[in-house]
Amino acid sequence: MSSSVAGAVSPTRLALRRVRRDRSARAGVALVVGLIVVAAAAPLLVKLAGQDAYTYHIDLLDPARGNAPKGAIGGVSGDHWFGVEPLTGRDLFSIVVLGLRTSLFIAVVVTLITTVVGTLVGISAAYFGGWYDAVVSRLVDFLFGFPQLVFMIALGIIVPGGFPRWLLLILVLSVFGWAGLARLIRNQARSLVAREFVEAARSVGSSGWHVVTRELLPNLLGPVLVVATMAVPGYIGAEAALSFLGVGVPPPTPSLGRSISDSIAWVYTGADPWFLVFPGAALFLAVLGFTLLGDSVRDAFDVRLRRAN
Amino acid sequence: MPDELLHLENIKKYFGLRGGVPWRQAQAVKAVDDVSFVVRKGETVGLVGESGSGKSTLARVATRLLDPTAGRVEIGGVDVTKVSGRKLRPVRRKVQMVFQDPQASLNPRQSVGTILTTPFRAQGIRPTKIQLVELLEQVGLSAEHLDRYPHEFSGGQRQRIGIARALSVQPELLVCDEPVSALDVSIQAQVLNLLADLRDELGLSYVLVAHDLAVVRQVASRIAVMYLGTIVEEGPAAEVYDHPAHPYTRALLSAVPVPEPGAVRDRIVLTGDVPTPISPPSGCPFRTRCYKAEDICSTKRLVLEAVAGSNEHKAACYLPEI
Repeated sequence: MSSSVAGAVSPTRLALRRVRRDRSARAGVALVVGLIVVAAAAPLLVKLAGQDAYTYHIDLLDPARGNAPKGAIGGVSGDHWFGVEPLTGRDLFSIVVLGLRTSLFIAVVVTLITTVVGTLVGISAAYFGGWYDAVVSRLVDFLFGFPQLVFMIALGIIVPGGFPRWLLLILVLSVFGWAGLARLIRNQARSLVAREFVEAARSVGSSGWHVVTRELLPNLLGPVLVVATMAVPGYIGAEAALSFLGVGVPPPTPSLGRSISDSIAWVYTGADPWFLVFPGAALFLAVLGFTLLGDSVRDAFDVRLRRAN
Repeated sequence: MPDELLHLENIKKYFGLRGGVPWRQAQAVKAVDDVSFVVRKGETVGLVGESGSGKSTLARVATRLLDPTAGRVEIGGVDVTKVSGRKLRPVRRKVQMVFQDPQASLNPRQSVGTILTTPFRAQGIRPTKIQLVELLEQVGLSAEHLDRYPHEFSGGQRQRIGIARALSVQPELLVCDEPVSALDVSIQAQVLNLLADLRDELGLSYVLVAHDLAVVRQVASRIAVMYLGTIVEEGPAAEVYDHPAHPYTRALLSAVPVPEPGAVRDRIVLTGDVPTPISPPSGCPFRTRCYKAEDICSTKRLVLEAVAGSNEHKAACYLPEI
């Protein structure tokens, strides 16, 4: 029996306390918060650096080396903190922070949408059951079996250019993204629905809405939080991958994925490997931060994985 | 009758066993098969039987957690068989349920205060803290427990919270589904005493579902014995205990341990298993395991009939013991 001096503590509070004590969680939080601040303040930072992501600086390129940046480390200087992009001479620092902003924005929005939709659909399918559950479950199966990547690439080509790409990315990733969480939550919620406290709530005449939001949801907060935090790096990667494949955010809007895609040739030829390092590092740090955080959230909520300490 | 709190008439509850495909013939588990059952004001009715005899299902039909396949449910003289949703709320106030597993029946993420508030909110009432504390004190807990979470309590305490929740809407009838079977024996008596005290204090009536005859004997005024979805014997507790009419009741009673070392008892050992409720035996459902079954037993389903010399005590048997 836990009898802390502070008195009664809810299980959720206990789990969050474990997260706070976890060192890798704190590293993750620091990284995530840092990157979000950078992304949010990106236009400001770019202004501070006295640059923008669109101006060509042909004078900083070396035509003799196939228009790779002049100077060491991809042309790093007091003006261009991360050097410049080869071929165009655009400021790489601006491209990286603005690209990070794009990636994080899309990933976080998609995560929010898929988490809310997936959770509600999953819980309601488990609670109401019957034909509704059957329809939802088959739809989830269908989405799982669907060749998403091919579809997204095809869609990227079909949809008229006037349609904002970032919105298209959010829509497409969201449409396919909620299914996994919905299935997980449905199965977890089904075992909860059979528990007697749900019957107890029904026997006093509680509404379906009450049962779903007050009785079931709090018990599913753990898995929902875990999946959500782990989903963010996934969507950062997905956005980068689509941009890498050329169906993401169109130029000249900066995107980490496209920058990495563009840099590959420069790494192969050895003309400017630094072009990969800066956007690559930003992507790496973003994924690492959310993954560290997600890991320790999972540890905190999952009793079976509790580390012995 | 005006003093009937609960009146179940010819209740049937079948659970569909669907085949994987729609065209395969559906089978039904006959969990409760044509049961009539009455609880009057002030009564404590013990509902006993083996696992799978349908007693929990019957309890859930009585509390309207499950819809009966056929039959009528009357609560306080009002037919509520077809009532559902919002309209059921005032009815639900009258009959509340205490669950078997106090670990599973309390939401682990809610404090005791929240758990006790839920029934009030469902009725559209905002309870005061004093009301909640009164509820806790009624079941032997105190105000300091209000902010604690279920994992901070022992099994007996949790069951007390479950009882407090059931009492919150001031019901007239408590349906207790194996209220003590998940508890230590030493705690069982405490909880049963609490239920008995509450009955005297609040004028409650009970349906006490149990498989432990000793538990039922301690508190029940009337007993109904279930076997394979039907009631095979019913009557005042003392009469059923002292003069069981149905062979199944006799067998059950003979299995109760006697708390005297070396005491001799003529134990009736039943052979075989309970038949499947998908296709129960013809005639008397107990005939396949009965020690005195004859040909007549397989002919026709029996209804409960008064045992000789009594009108309250009924049994469904061709060859009753008395």
